[in-house]
Amino acid sequence: MSVRKLPAPQPNPETQAFWDGLDAGVLRIKTCVDCQQTHYYPRHICPHCGSADTRWLDSAGTGEIYSLSVMRRGEGAPFAVAYVTLDEGPSVLTNLVAENLDSLAIGQRVRLMPQSSDADHAGDGPALPFFTAIGD
Amino acid sequence: MSLRNAACIVGAFEHPTRLAPDMTTPQLHAECAAGALADAGLSLTDVDGYFCATDAPGFGPISMIDYLGLDIRHTDSTEMGGCTYIQHVAHAAQAIAMGKCSVALITLAGRPRSEAVQRFRPGAPESAFEQWVGLTNHTSYGMCAARHMHEFGTTSEQLAWIKVAASHHAQHNPHAMLPKVVTVEDVVTSPMIADPLHRLDCCVTTDGGGALVVVSPEIARTLNRPVISLLGAGEATKGPSGGLGLDLTVSAAAKSGPRAFAEAGVTPSDIKYASIYDSFTITVLMQLEDLGFCAKGEGGKFVADGNLISGTGKLPFNTDGGGLCNNHPMFRGGITKVIEAVRQLRGEAAPAVQVPNCDLAVATGIGGSLGARHGAATIILERQS
Ligand SMILES: [Zn+2]
Repeated sequence: MSVRKLPAPQPNPETQAFWDGLDAGVLRIKTCVDCQQTHYYPRHICPHCGSADTRWLDSAGTGEIYSLSVMRRGEGAPFAVAYVTLDEGPSVLTNLVAENLDSLAIGQRVRLMPQSSDADHAGDGPALPFFTAIGD
Repeated sequence: MSLRNAACIVGAFEHPTRLAPDMTTPQLHAECAAGALADAGLSLTDVDGYFCATDAPGFGPISMIDYLGLDIRHTDSTEMGGCTYIQHVAHAAQAIAMGKCSVALITLAGRPRSEAVQRFRPGAPESAFEQWVGLTNHTSYGMCAARHMHEFGTTSEQLAWIKVAASHHAQHNPHAMLPKVVTVEDVVTSPMIADPLHRLDCCVTTDGGGALVVVSPEIARTLNRPVISLLGAGEATKGPSGGLGLDLTVSAAAKSGPRAFAEAGVTPSDIKYASIYDSFTITVLMQLEDLGFCAKGEGGKFVADGNLISGTGKLPFNTDGGGLCNNHPMFRGGITKVIEAVRQLRGEAAPAVQVPNCDLAVATGIGGSLGARHGAATIILERQS
């Protein structure tokens, strides 16, 4: 089994606060002052109403698995790709951490469990928003 | 203004190669162009409109138009992933209807088996949040299949029937990459790639290409070929709407399909043959539901027991073997969907899979990854008597 490389994110002015939050263990999503709706991935303009008055919101980092697929082939396999629907509403594309990937299922409750990306392949780069099953 | 009968497909060509290590991609484009024009009884000097997508070599269509030696007055490099070439047929008809051109050439070619192909486009706003995840086509379509199974009870055996049907057709295609007939058992016991999709739920990867010639009805009547008219077209895109609208069980074909049928003035029950983009088995199942061939969630029952096999099933599909068994050039199966629909409407499909009296067909496809954000294009084609 080859080790999976997780490329370090390249923050930009729209996303810097997201990556800073994650390094502090907090998943930040965006909320819109005008239409009051949340969104993910975070962006400057609200995708629901077009307002530019969007603010960062600290998610509780909990939700449930909407769907998942375990990749069985290629570099770093097996690993679990999933959409997690946060309790605040938006769905997040993520990876799931588990001792036994076959134990994961749609509908399962999960929580944020950030994993380090690879800065120069050292494994100590900025954190990525992985999730793990609650109770694991 | 409607596109109904605004333009006709008079030339179609599918390159016979599935592996082209000793050719260049522009050369493949040129051979496809020559093949489709010869099929129509036209030549490169007749072309006054050119369509390619952004996978074409060089700077959009500028490089290819110069390479092919065309003298054009209308060009379009609309990009919507693998279904682009279905969309190009409709856009060519629009241009013809507006008098912007009268002979439109559409080409696709690529060599993903012989050379590395860039699959991801840098700079997409979602990249930073999605690329590290390992979201390949396999995992994206895998999540669609998993959710469909969760909501509707769809089974791996039902999905397998789609591959089985494609393989029954591919056995009659001398150019098919996978001409061997497979069983449901073969599919569900093949290695798991990305749960719940097995190796045989996936399409082939091929070098090659294809081309289409779309002309005005006036020009079509002067050519000694069956006239295949565009009756209707629809296109759509779908996104997760900031994560609040994520639904992996519905494709953008739920919008492109009804738009095409409405313009054509026909219904799914009128269709004699269906070309359905088949990057994976789940892609076919969801489009059948979304186009209205069956209710949402009923796709598994609809495809089971050989219902897609020509000659025995209710809805013959992908009678060339499709992307699942025949050809998926450059990871872009849209053009081969149109080509086989044209063969069927002309009565030129392999005799064993030719649908009798095939006068009305649909070609539909997905562009990008079926998962969160993608496009869809659908066209309805009719043979003029
Ligand atoms: Zn808003």
